[in-house]
Amino acid sequence: MTVNGQPVTADVEPRTLLVHFLREHLRLTGTHVGCETGYCGACTVHVDGEPVKSCTMFAVQADGASVTTIEGLARDGQLHPVQEGFWERHGLQCGYCTPGMIMSSVALLDKNDRPTEEEIRHGIEGNLCRCTGYHNIVRAVEYAAARMRGEEPPAPDWEGGE
Amino acid sequence: MATTSVMGGAVRRREDPALIRGMGKYTDDFAPPGTLRVAFLRSPVARAKIIRLDTSRAKAMPGVVAVYTHDDVEHLGPLVAQVPVGKLRPLLAAGEVNHVGEAIAMVVAEDRYLAQDAVEAIEVDFDVLPAVVDLRKAASDEIIVHEELGTNVLHTWTYHGYWEALGLEDQTPLIDEAMQRPDAVVVSIDMVNQRLIPVAIEPRSVLAEYEPGYGRLTVTSSTQVPHALAGAIATQLGMHQRDVRVIAPEVGGGFGSKLNVYNDEILVSWASMQLGRPVKWTETRREAANSTIHGRGWVGTATLVGTRDGQFLGYKLEAIADMGAYSQNFTVAIPLLGLWIASGQYKMPTAFKVDCVVTNTMTTDAYRGAGRPEAIYYLERAIDAYAREIGMDPLEVREKNFWQPDEFPATMGCGFALDSGDYAAATRRLREISDYEELLRRRDQARAEGRLVGIGIGSYVEVCGFGPAILADIGFSWSAYGQPSAFNGSGLVRVNPDGTATVIIGTGPSGQGHKTTWAQIVSNGLGIPIENIRVHHGDTETSPMGIGTFGSRSIAVDGSATYEATQKVREKAAKIAAKLLEAAPEDIVFADGRAHVAGSPDRGVDWSEIAAAAYQAHKLPEGVDSGLEETIVWTPSNATWPFGTHLAMVEVDPETGNVEILEYYAVDDCGNQINPMIVNGQVHGGIAQGVGQALFEDAIYDEDGNLLTSSLVDYIIPTAADLPSFKLAHTVTPTPVNPMGVKGIGEAGTIGSAHTIVNAVVDALAPLGVKHVDMPLRPRRVWAAIQEARA
Ligand code: FES
Ligand code: FES
Repeated sequence: MTVNGQPVTADVEPRTLLVHFLREHLRLTGTHVGCETGYCGACTVHVDGEPVKSCTMFAVQADGASVTTIEGLARDGQLHPVQEGFWERHGLQCGYCTPGMIMSSVALLDKNDRPTEEEIRHGIEGNLCRCTGYHNIVRAVEYAAARMRGEEPPAPDWEGGE
Repeated sequence: MATTSVMGGAVRRREDPALIRGMGKYTDDFAPPGTLRVAFLRSPVARAKIIRLDTSRAKAMPGVVAVYTHDDVEHLGPLVAQVPVGKLRPLLAAGEVNHVGEAIAMVVAEDRYLAQDAVEAIEVDFDVLPAVVDLRKAASDEIIVHEELGTNVLHTWTYHGYWEALGLEDQTPLIDEAMQRPDAVVVSIDMVNQRLIPVAIEPRSVLAEYEPGYGRLTVTSSTQVPHALAGAIATQLGMHQRDVRVIAPEVGGGFGSKLNVYNDEILVSWASMQLGRPVKWTETRREAANSTIHGRGWVGTATLVGTRDGQFLGYKLEAIADMGAYSQNFTVAIPLLGLWIASGQYKMPTAFKVDCVVTNTMTTDAYRGAGRPEAIYYLERAIDAYAREIGMDPLEVREKNFWQPDEFPATMGCGFALDSGDYAAATRRLREISDYEELLRRRDQARAEGRLVGIGIGSYVEVCGFGPAILADIGFSWSAYGQPSAFNGSGLVRVNPDGTATVIIGTGPSGQGHKTTWAQIVSNGLGIPIENIRVHHGDTETSPMGIGTFGSRSIAVDGSATYEATQKVREKAAKIAAKLLEAAPEDIVFADGRAHVAGSPDRGVDWSEIAAAAYQAHKLPEGVDSGLEETIVWTPSNATWPFGTHLAMVEVDPETGNVEILEYYAVDDCGNQINPMIVNGQVHGGIAQGVGQALFEDAIYDEDGNLLTSSLVDYIIPTAADLPSFKLAHTVTPTPVNPMGVKGIGEAGTIGSAHTIVNAVVDALAPLGVKHVDMPLRPRRVWAAIQEARA
């Protein structure tokens, strides 16, 4: 498979989950484990461009695929607009759900560059965050969507503004 | 671009560049070469004698390095606890188990899969005993969980023994008298404040590395209390604090669940010392549910007495609180935090009685709010019922009974002095931002159309930023964790030789943004740009002492320490700059990364020049020691008391019982704010957890003590699709008890929200005659309440 554009070959036990392969064999620890049962979304990566919970897939199933993790999202030191949005709009606190949340948000915006609040909320429904109450995650995705369309993002809504 | 203004500015977080790129390091991300992995055999039954435990097959498996049971660790004693009332947890089950998930044996193996395989090879036979789960049955002592204690009731919090110790009078007679008044209106409701699972998204994890050559133990742990953990390890393993270093790296949420010291942390440390190798354990989600602490778990009755025209005359709370099987950190003390604020924002005689009972379930302890959401829930639900009974607007009835601004510091019914407050200012602001009259009109119109729409109001006052130090003397020390007091905090500020600043604090944050807020404090004091300041926390070797991050305490206590240390550095730097500039120290002004003489911005020196002089004794003014570093350990004179009022508008679907939140407004007052962006984020997350309790979350044990909610499929926390955007505003009433006038905001959202939602749902159902529905208000339960009311 290729991971973040780099070809990778390895022999692994068939029971090795993709998330453990990424974290333990490749030491790409940005992809997190929150439940190992497919419910929290902390382990979300892109496999051939589609968001996948990497704890629900064996590493061998990704043989030949192109995998992108959070570490591969920024290009040439330039943050992806979604990463920028999370920073600008305080879309993270502990940061544990964040890599998965960002990968899901990127996938959402790839399909819909003008999502409504409801579409954003449903689009990231499979990713649990216990810290933010999602309010600022929605604002972060709105920010990124505007940026990706080349528009000025909406102002922040905390008192005192920017 | 977010602002860079320093105090009160929404400065973008210094934490984020690493975290958004997947470069943050959490405990499980560390894997030194040769690390052994741990798995635990856990009890599948709630209460049993262990009649046979055979680890020989597991021990013989390839890759298994050790298998430990109670016999191996008995000499270490039970897990140390701050409030050692009740039965303390054995490190590994001592011949019996008392809850599902209790650790029986510990396997250490070359990798995690081997460790798990070996757990399955351990043979154990149980003689299963009847479990005690129901709180009222537990309180009746029909079956006693720990026979040696003679009762399941570990403690009863009442006037006796608590108020008395503080020299206060029992107010029960005043309340009883009020009930006899001819114009008295008495409302009384039985309510459940259900047990919850904290669900930090990062599972707990601990890595211990013992270096036999140096006699030194380094423990990396997903903990909110690094110093307490270091102290507990030293106490429990008979070591000196100098030989134990605890590092809390990035911590993926805590909410109180990582404020306990756990048996696994002690065991992993001990095993690393036995084996001379790094040892790591990371919990599974199932373990997070059955062997990391739970919160809440009260059943009780709230009784409010008032007049027909809305004057409160007294309030009584009687409850039973679930302690679980073993007492850990604060367990029995948690309800007391609620009792401190049992009378809320209102001036009235208050009485309480809370029985703390043992059951065959996981230990309860501090979960976001810890005792305070429970107590406020009972009070505020009772107020709502009373307002309905006398036909008064629920916001008005609250305003009528608030403490008034000129009455502070106000000694409340429960004995503490509220520091400062303007409660009606918050409700005025709430009326404004929500356009309250218009909302009421919308609700009434919806009702006229036959829709079930309701508005709920919820006020709260909470207590955080704990002091005074005197509490340590009445038993709230931190001594089991090797600290003399739990009511102080530290801040160290150093200007490095190149003019940048290093700040080291004794906190253990799990997402609260301390690296940003503390940089703002120091930048504001010294005029050093934020990007030239680095803040370190969560390391016991670099900071002299710390209590950790919980109870919304960090900014009020460790923040104050850092503020004071900054002032001292500034005073010293002013003397040095004065010498360099040939001016008087009082005339030195710090701004834009340098010092200059007041009125002549051209006569200045950079911080690097001041620092260079500071580290060369011969360049210093007379009487000034070299170096540019100050440490302050700071103790507050009182706790702080944030407050606020929330409002929710909900619609109930009569066909399904589903609750939709149409609007959510919150006005919170945490005193002065250093970073309003972070403050808002804390409120958002807090509200989400309160809404979670109100609508979804429920840790359910069946009558045999099986935990029915041990995965995220059964234990439902809110998703993005379940919540609305929140409309927040703040009032600012600085506290006089610390130099920055800050109060703390971590728990406010949670303490303010659960009852707000329930009040709204009950309001929506009120036209049908529904008076109360217990949380969580899942569709089926709400639907059943509608059916019952209609029948
Ligand atoms: S770890 Fe994969 S969904 Fe939770
Ligand atoms: S930021 Fe902590 S779980 Fe989302």
